[in-house]
Amino acid sequence: MSEIEMVVNGRTVTGNVEDRTLLVHFLRENLGLTGTHVGCDTSQCGACVVHLDGKAVKSCSMLAAQASGSTVVTIEGLADGADLHPVQAAFREHHGLQCGFCTPGMIMAATDMIARHPEGLDEKTVRSELEGNICRCTGYHNIVKAILAASETMSKGAARAA
Amino acid sequence: MGIEGIGARVARKEDKRFITGAGRYVDDMVVPGMKHAAFVRSPHAHAEIESIDVAAAKKMPGVIGVLTGKEIKADGIGNLICGWMIHSKDGTPMKMGAWSPMATDRVRFVGEAVAIVVAETKGQARDAAEAVVVNYKELPAVIDAVAALEEGAPQLHPEAEGNLIYDWEIGDAAAADKAIASAAHVTKLKLVNNRLVPNAMEPRAALGHYDKAEDHYTCWTTSQNPHVARVVMSAFYNVAPENKLRVIAPDVGGGFGSKIFIYPEEIVCLWASKKTGVPVKWVADRTESFLTDAHGRDHVTEVQMAFDADNRMTGLKVDTIANLGGYMSLFSSSVPTYLYATLLSGQYAIPAIHCNVRTAYTNTAPVDAYRGAGRPEATYVMERVVETAARELGVSPAELRRKNFITEFPYQTPVIMAYDAGDYAASLDAAMKAADYAGFEARRAEAKSRGKLRGIGMSCYIEACGIAPSQAVGSLGAGVGLWESAEVRVNMAGTIEVLTGSHSHGQGHETTFAQLVNQRFGVPIEQVSIVHGDTDKVQMGMGTYGSRSGAVGMSAIVKALDKVEAKAKKIAAHLLEADEADIVIENGELKVAGTDKTLPWFQMALAAYAAHNLPAGMEPGLKEGAFYDPSNFTFPAGCYICEVEVDPDTGTTEIVQFVAADDFGNIINPMIVEGQVHGGIAQGVGQALLEGCRYDQSGQLITASYMDYTMPRAGDLPSFTVSTSNTPCPGNPLGIKGCGEAGAIGSPPAVINAVTDAIGNNDLTMPATPLTVWAALKAATRH
Repeated sequence: MSEIEMVVNGRTVTGNVEDRTLLVHFLRENLGLTGTHVGCDTSQCGACVVHLDGKAVKSCSMLAAQASGSTVVTIEGLADGADLHPVQAAFREHHGLQCGFCTPGMIMAATDMIARHPEGLDEKTVRSELEGNICRCTGYHNIVKAILAASETMSKGAARAA
Repeated sequence: MGIEGIGARVARKEDKRFITGAGRYVDDMVVPGMKHAAFVRSPHAHAEIESIDVAAAKKMPGVIGVLTGKEIKADGIGNLICGWMIHSKDGTPMKMGAWSPMATDRVRFVGEAVAIVVAETKGQARDAAEAVVVNYKELPAVIDAVAALEEGAPQLHPEAEGNLIYDWEIGDAAAADKAIASAAHVTKLKLVNNRLVPNAMEPRAALGHYDKAEDHYTCWTTSQNPHVARVVMSAFYNVAPENKLRVIAPDVGGGFGSKIFIYPEEIVCLWASKKTGVPVKWVADRTESFLTDAHGRDHVTEVQMAFDADNRMTGLKVDTIANLGGYMSLFSSSVPTYLYATLLSGQYAIPAIHCNVRTAYTNTAPVDAYRGAGRPEATYVMERVVETAARELGVSPAELRRKNFITEFPYQTPVIMAYDAGDYAASLDAAMKAADYAGFEARRAEAKSRGKLRGIGMSCYIEACGIAPSQAVGSLGAGVGLWESAEVRVNMAGTIEVLTGSHSHGQGHETTFAQLVNQRFGVPIEQVSIVHGDTDKVQMGMGTYGSRSGAVGMSAIVKALDKVEAKAKKIAAHLLEADEADIVIENGELKVAGTDKTLPWFQMALAAYAAHNLPAGMEPGLKEGAFYDPSNFTFPAGCYICEVEVDPDTGTTEIVQFVAADDFGNIINPMIVEGQVHGGIAQGVGQALLEGCRYDQSGQLITASYMDYTMPRAGDLPSFTVSTSNTPCPGNPLGIKGCGEAGAIGSPPAVINAVTDAIGNNDLTMPATPLTVWAALKAATRH
């Protein structure tokens, strides 16, 4: 068993977990944060993407104990109160989801992608960088549109802030 | 068109929970005292079970119970069934082999459940499942349906001699033979429709809860039709009486057909909950999904198409062998028969058609409906053979199709279907224009200058959706009627709840169904709730598949809305002291036409329940229900054009343009419809270029994870150019045809026609992986 402590969505949490517990299971089962999903068990599908110390990671690919001491943001912690994050808003506006199962992972991956490309994104880059996230519903068409639109909105927001 | 009514591109209501992580899927459900299950599954494709020893497993940490097939049999739980009876051409009924929810004496595919372990945690359940000792005596396996029907093949079920489930035919064999014998030209092809794994992103899951105090069962399950699950589990499997069984399918993370069927796991979890006294949750891991979700397609077909000297189609003969896997799944028998062969007229006037279908048991996972279910297989046959014929005849593929299009409606095909309406040339024209078909040769030449081989391919599909009059499907062997139910409850303050037997697993019903209500009554869609997926809330339903939610499900809602409207108008007329015939409903108000007398919707609703001043003799309240049974299938159709570039050095295919022009009849929300097309195309392109479910000769599934089965990723696909035309469907009150399967049906032949055009070799099987294409290219160069 391992005793762990981390900051999840701004709140300090502790837990006593089996050594083999994956981060995704700690989030879902111990903390009840069921927005992070398990889709494949082989770190291929990306339904479990969260942000760990500001970077997108697959929470099925690391132990909860490894994440101890880190800051984690899940889909539940992305919005600022009632205001949707621009990526969440763009997914809704551009119909970038259908069944919604891959959506949390997609949004967390997209948010990180946009942050890593402050210069802006083009379609080819978005498609290439979505390699780690599988969607079976949308054909990616509207996901790509949503990410491009969010990137545009956020770069405008950044420009205004500057 | 109102801003939230029919035709508006309204953002989806349900998205709010999905984008914030508040969706509730089965794995998110927690019941007090809940424990976790793991199944012991067969590692062999075909074996006799000699013994099962659970003693060690029972002693493992956290274990609450270990149960086997013998115990489920002893408790009288029934075998799984196939609900659509097909008779062979000699009149004998199909041969259904017994399928126990957990195997007792023999296993017939890798992954078949043998025992269930219930433990405190999922990890402990899995550890203990490893400790169950099963002694198997391996038997020879057969994987391929053609081989399974050959003499001397391993026999799977005593009920099915020679592994033949049925030998079925449709159409006029003599007429088709005559057309071929007297044809000016006959195009012949042998085609393989590759086996696919549906791969909804949410793995299947079940949570069974037996409540001893109430003597009542609840099953949360990843289902596309919870009501059918309840009736089948109670009436056929004896898990629980219907009135004591509640089935809930909450948010479901994609279905694509794979979640229509009743699987062993949900039956076993419910039963195991009673046996162990704890709620039992099972969630498949992805490899379990690959092994045990019903697979799709898997046909081998020989086709001959006859033409006269004027290039008119005169006859079609199709011979298909379909693989149904180790057992017959719930609807499997209908897929290669009434959902396939009845679409073999395509968009064309063909006077003589005959199709023979044989289905076989093999040592593979059961095969059943997957997005399109039979229609993609039929379209692949038709659109590969007509494109091939055009090449052989030296004529334009577009013009050969146009020349043979059905142009007068209704049109009775020789294979049951009566097409009600359509304009196939309009879709062809729209697609050709959007694809700049005329400019293709210039693009091919330009690609050649870059060392790339460019090809163009077309596909004109038709499908039968909104399945269909209950009497008709009953006469064809279906075990249930295929109507839909709806109830509209207007609450006291005027908000509205719509209860529907349809099920949404990504299609956006909470939005589109609310748009329909908004169109009728002007009530904002935020004040309209759509209730579905729970047998305790909605009395009965048939679920969602085959694009039936719009054409059938919404039609039921229309019928209920008609009744609500009639009563609301009576109340308004009474309160406004006007004639009922003069009341109109606009913008959330009931008005007396031609006057300024109005009654807000919410006041009418309040009046209905306050009941202080209702018309004499009127019953208080405002709640109406309806069942709708369609008068015919609906017939969406369209034209898809794919343009590819093949790298001759590597065989890699890039889709450089994909155009879809569909006729879906009337459309409620174009944004959602386009999304359905995008997703369908991705699955169709996946079938054509990437996805192939492969077993080795011993029956091991060698594509049992995302590392081995190539799911289309964003970088594999282009953005799509989609458009719709809207020839209203005359068969239902909304004129809806349906859009869910179109993309998956229309795209595989378009892609393969494009690749074969690029490489100059028509002999190419799906998936056209780089290796397959490279080899075909080399073969073509050698000739």
